Amino acid sequence: MDKALLSTRNLHRSFGGVHAVKDVSFHVPTGAIKAVIGPNGAGKTTLFNLIAGTLTPHQGQVIFRGQPITGHKPHAVAALGIARTFQTTKLFPHMTVLENVMMGRHTRTRSGFLAGMFNAPWTWREQRQTEAKARAILEELGLTAHTNETACNLPFGRQRLVEFARALATEPSLLLLDEPAAGLNIYETQQLSQLILKIRDTGITCLVVEHDMSLVMNISDEVVVLDQGHKIAEGPPAAIQRNPEVIRVYLGDEHA
Amino acid sequence: MRLRIYYPVLATAVLIVLLHLALAYADATYYMTQITMSAYYALVVIGLCLLMGYAGQASLGHAGFFAIGGYTAAVLTTYNLRPYADAPFVSLCRALGLTMQWKDLYGTDILSFTPWAAFGSALLLTGLIALVIGASVIRLKGHYLAMATLGFGLIVYRIALGTPVLGRADGISNVPPFHLLGSLQVNGRAPFRIQNYYLAWVVVLIAMVLALNLVHSRVGRALRSIHENEEAAHSLGVNTYRYKLAVFVLSAIFAAMGGALLTHYSGSIGPAEATVMKSVRYVAIVAVGGMANLWGAMVMGILLNFLSLRGVFGSFDDTVFGAILIMMMIFAPQGLLRVPRLRALGSLVSRRSHA
Repeated sequence: MDKALLSTRNLHRSFGGVHAVKDVSFHVPTGAIKAVIGPNGAGKTTLFNLIAGTLTPHQGQVIFRGQPITGHKPHAVAALGIARTFQTTKLFPHMTVLENVMMGRHTRTRSGFLAGMFNAPWTWREQRQTEAKARAILEELGLTAHTNETACNLPFGRQRLVEFARALATEPSLLLLDEPAAGLNIYETQQLSQLILKIRDTGITCLVVEHDMSLVMNISDEVVVLDQGHKIAEGPPAAIQRNPEVIRVYLGDEHA
Repeated sequence: MRLRIYYPVLATAVLIVLLHLALAYADATYYMTQITMSAYYALVVIGLCLLMGYAGQASLGHAGFFAIGGYTAAVLTTYNLRPYADAPFVSLCRALGLTMQWKDLYGTDILSFTPWAAFGSALLLTGLIALVIGASVIRLKGHYLAMATLGFGLIVYRIALGTPVLGRADGISNVPPFHLLGSLQVNGRAPFRIQNYYLAWVVVLIAMVLALNLVHSRVGRALRSIHENEEAAHSLGVNTYRYKLAVFVLSAIFAAMGGALLTHYSGSIGPAEATVMKSVRYVAIVAVGGMANLWGAMVMGILLNFLSLRGVFGSFDDTVFGAILIMMMIFAPQGLLRVPRLRALGSLVSRRSHA
């Protein structure tokens, strides 16, 4: 499968005696929306952190564009074009919405300490471009009205949207979304589905860890199901919905 | 562009001249001596403000860096190289013009390094030490980092107090003036008072411009993002370890600059400059200045050090700074400007937009 943008091979990570992620292999095809689902404690977020570099796997490999990125630190992973959002939104609370999104341009800009201290003329254009790009993304996501607001003053749903904007500002080729629907109401979740589809249509591959089944079934092209660290199923959403093992894990044995 | 951030620099320049005129009118130009000294202490505070206020990393060891800068400048400009004048290294330095001949107070002929060479070495040495210390401790978070840097400060103090070449408890005196250019010199004697008043202010304002530029740049934004949410900053591609280390070293160099210049100005340095209470004082000043507020830090740095040097706090000097720190941590840990009622007041003086 050389069309895969991201693959994991026999990924393994344990905490003490608990195998949080055990022998998990899957591919994320370029241009697709792939979802990772599973009950609480299935190892979804651990898997995510292994890909994003927040955690180092004990065994196995993460491969991005055919190159192993196993054990890369988060900043190095980000520099390769992998952006992420967090389960609990992690904005820079006392910075403005604009500054938050401008931070997304970090890997796409260069000026360092000396250039900054001496206000080198070539940094001015970079600063202008950073700001213009951030404003364009805010406009695309309908956040223009909040541009100069302090991030922590926004309602929760908007904060999540700003986090999306910040991730998109990195111009990623792969977007990792950690439970994007957590804490959102039905209406907001629907809007979010549309947004994720729109993002996919601009050519950004998405890997979504999600609890909300309706969201996953509506938007994803492929689904991986985890249970207690193991991959128990993988396939298109319709097949996953009929998979007896998945039903057993989610609803209990009597429904299977 | 962004010229707005320089307006306060111009305003300060005007105030500096007005202050000079006022002191001359009141026949109190002797205050200028303490103002000059306070300005050099303010350099430490400006650097620490970048580290603590913006990047959110505590340091209780900055008096250590100040002392390393000061002692290096003092040793290199006072240590008599005459007995080694023909040694290869010293000959080389003489050939390169890095040494000078002068007579100390007692008329002894001294061959020592020039203040410029000493100044460069002081900044370099401090930077290297900060790099080594920082590389091992900057991964620590919150009070663990504070404790590690506190330990570093204690070590520097004990070394200063116990090393013969550093003068033990007496410190080093008889440090020559620092001839910068022509007749311009860092010199604490009365005839040079006015010149040095302006010289120190120019150094402080240059430091302020560099620091302001930095906090308004891409790097400044990244530093603040580390303070606000390190994990998110890391995920956006900020090499958090390298950024924290770089700003740690930068702030140490600011401190060393203050230490070296003040040493030439007062003509001496002693272990009192390396005490932990000095480090606490710098932290307290950054806190009371508003944490992520360079102007607040600079103004408080000069004002509080000036009052302290004038002896206003009497023998309760350290008590006052300790108390300020306790009060700040209890009532306004994010800095005075984050207290809602004072924020309105703060917005009158500084616009807190960094975009």
